[in-house]
Amino acid sequence: MNPKDLFLETLSALTSNKIRSGLTILGIVIGIASVIAMVSIGEGAKGSIESSIQGLGSNLLTVTPGVVQAGRGVVSSGRGGGTTLKNTDAEALKTLSGVAAVSPESQRRFQIVSQIGNNTNSTVVGGQAGYSIAHNLVVETGIFITDAQERSVARVAVIGPTTATDLFGADNSALGKTIRINGVIFKVIGVLQSKGGSGFFNQDDTVIVPLSTMQKILSGTDYLSSIAIAVTNKDDMSSVQQTANDLLLTRHRVATADFSIISQADILGTLSQVTTTFTIFLASIAGISLLVGGIGIMNMMLTAVTERTREIGLRKAIGARRSEITTQFLTEAVMLTFFGGVVGVLLGWLIAFAVSSLAGIATSVSMQSVLLAFGVSAGIGIIFGYYPASRAAKLHPIEALRYE
Amino acid sequence: MIECKNLTKRYMTGDIETVALKGVTFTIEEGEFVAIMGPSGSGKSTLMHILGCLDSPTSGTYFLDNHDVSKLSDDGLADIRNKKIGFVFQAFNLLPRASVMRNVTLPLIYAGVPEAERIHKATESLNGAAFPEKFWYHMPNQLSGGMIQRVAIARALVNNPSLILADEPTGNLDSKTGDMVIETFQRLNSQGHTIVLITHEPDVAQHAARMIHIKDGSILTDAPVKNRRIIHKTLHHES
Repeated sequence: MNPKDLFLETLSALTSNKIRSGLTILGIVIGIASVIAMVSIGEGAKGSIESSIQGLGSNLLTVTPGVVQAGRGVVSSGRGGGTTLKNTDAEALKTLSGVAAVSPESQRRFQIVSQIGNNTNSTVVGGQAGYSIAHNLVVETGIFITDAQERSVARVAVIGPTTATDLFGADNSALGKTIRINGVIFKVIGVLQSKGGSGFFNQDDTVIVPLSTMQKILSGTDYLSSIAIAVTNKDDMSSVQQTANDLLLTRHRVATADFSIISQADILGTLSQVTTTFTIFLASIAGISLLVGGIGIMNMMLTAVTERTREIGLRKAIGARRSEITTQFLTEAVMLTFFGGVVGVLLGWLIAFAVSSLAGIATSVSMQSVLLAFGVSAGIGIIFGYYPASRAAKLHPIEALRYE
Repeated sequence: MIECKNLTKRYMTGDIETVALKGVTFTIEEGEFVAIMGPSGSGKSTLMHILGCLDSPTSGTYFLDNHDVSKLSDDGLADIRNKKIGFVFQAFNLLPRASVMRNVTLPLIYAGVPEAERIHKATESLNGAAFPEKFWYHMPNQLSGGMIQRVAIARALVNNPSLILADEPTGNLDSKTGDMVIETFQRLNSQGHTIVLITHEPDVAQHAARMIHIKDGSILTDAPVKNRRIIHKTLHHES
């Protein structure tokens, strides 16, 4: 039987019971559409997390006191707990080659009260002029902390847009106003541009004061909670990481590090792992519905074989070989699933589009997932169609012709 | 052209053995019109299945066109059925979803005949079965029983088979349309087609030229039909 005849036979068989074929296809459509939509949501989440991490500063190495245990990632490291990093470490790191900026930082949470009486609890960071370079910060209004203010232990603060809104309301300018951090009065000299970070990475809710002011007036300790190193060239990341590591080992006179140097790549790796797991989780739930759809195909094909037993008997009587009967029923199953796959991909695309435009969650439908969906749907047709098809092919022509 | 020697067929139903054929031997020459007659349970259906290559004998040999077909595989038998045998069934067995033309061309599709040639051959055999042209693209459910059986005859003819096997072809028809179908067979036989008609009705068997009477799995009589009933007009004139 040539392909054209096979196609015509299959089409006439499938259209002879449109409701049943339609419902069976619907099972596959739902399965494929949910796989496409779920994977696109997972991929979209991955993409947006990656871009927000890159927004924190892409060529950044972060030195923190204490050791990050292998395999436990950055979340459980208890950063800032140790007291091994000092200002002199940061000064020494500035001498390394390939370093664009070194930003020694000391941070702590404080209660902050504005002059109009609003208060908020926010992270206060003691930093130097290099902080804005290392973290890609842009001042919306006013200026950033200067070296002169650092030297003079000035009581000035640069605040993030969220903090500004919390303290002074959305309609009022915070510039030039005063705030009290832990009871000490600071003058607001700058408000940062929004970076749009969210969750763990909200850089908009922060207050930056000169490092000297932080250490001498607010916290009273001369330890650093971290040192950020901006590397000039992205390709030098690992070599700078290595030399910084050696330098600090020598300075601390220890054999094993009492500090950790983490690159953005490390953080990115950990979070990609999380989102990949999330995507797999979503896809496997969707995969179950695809499996149910496949069982629907098998059910329909078994019914069709029973109903068309006499037809199969006749086809065999007039000379159809076993393989021709198998091919015919397999083609019916594959055509059902393939059609379901096409509609499912379109529907999944629409769902992904609707989710990103209505719920504001980023989605991305990859060509890979579309091809996978087609492959899987055709595969399901073959797998779930094979058993009914081979049952049809094995029917004895005499018994099939006599079947009532 | 059909040569059967000592054909036997035994079935096992559970532990009970049924012997359907007990050593049947006969020969049918090209161009004969043979009726195989017997009551139900006589073994005539089993014989028809073996003659039609739908089943293989337990022992004995069956030569069709000088080929031993008694020991062929399933697919080998399928090819023989496709090229050498045309079936006409009591229950018609047309594909309900396909037009008359498509039903008739179905054996050619399995034989791998190109599309243009299929239509040509189907046209010939529909004319041969005296099926009116205006119904060629109708669906089977729009036709009467007699018309449907003519479609089945056209389908049996389309591959130009060595043997046309008709299994109770008039069983589902009233006597008038039944006579029309028999007339068609007589005419086809007069044109040289070999026809084997299986029936339990002596009246129907009377239309053949030779009758093989079978009972309890053995041939009771095998003789030319006396007082043959002729429906076909041209045959009337000849005789």
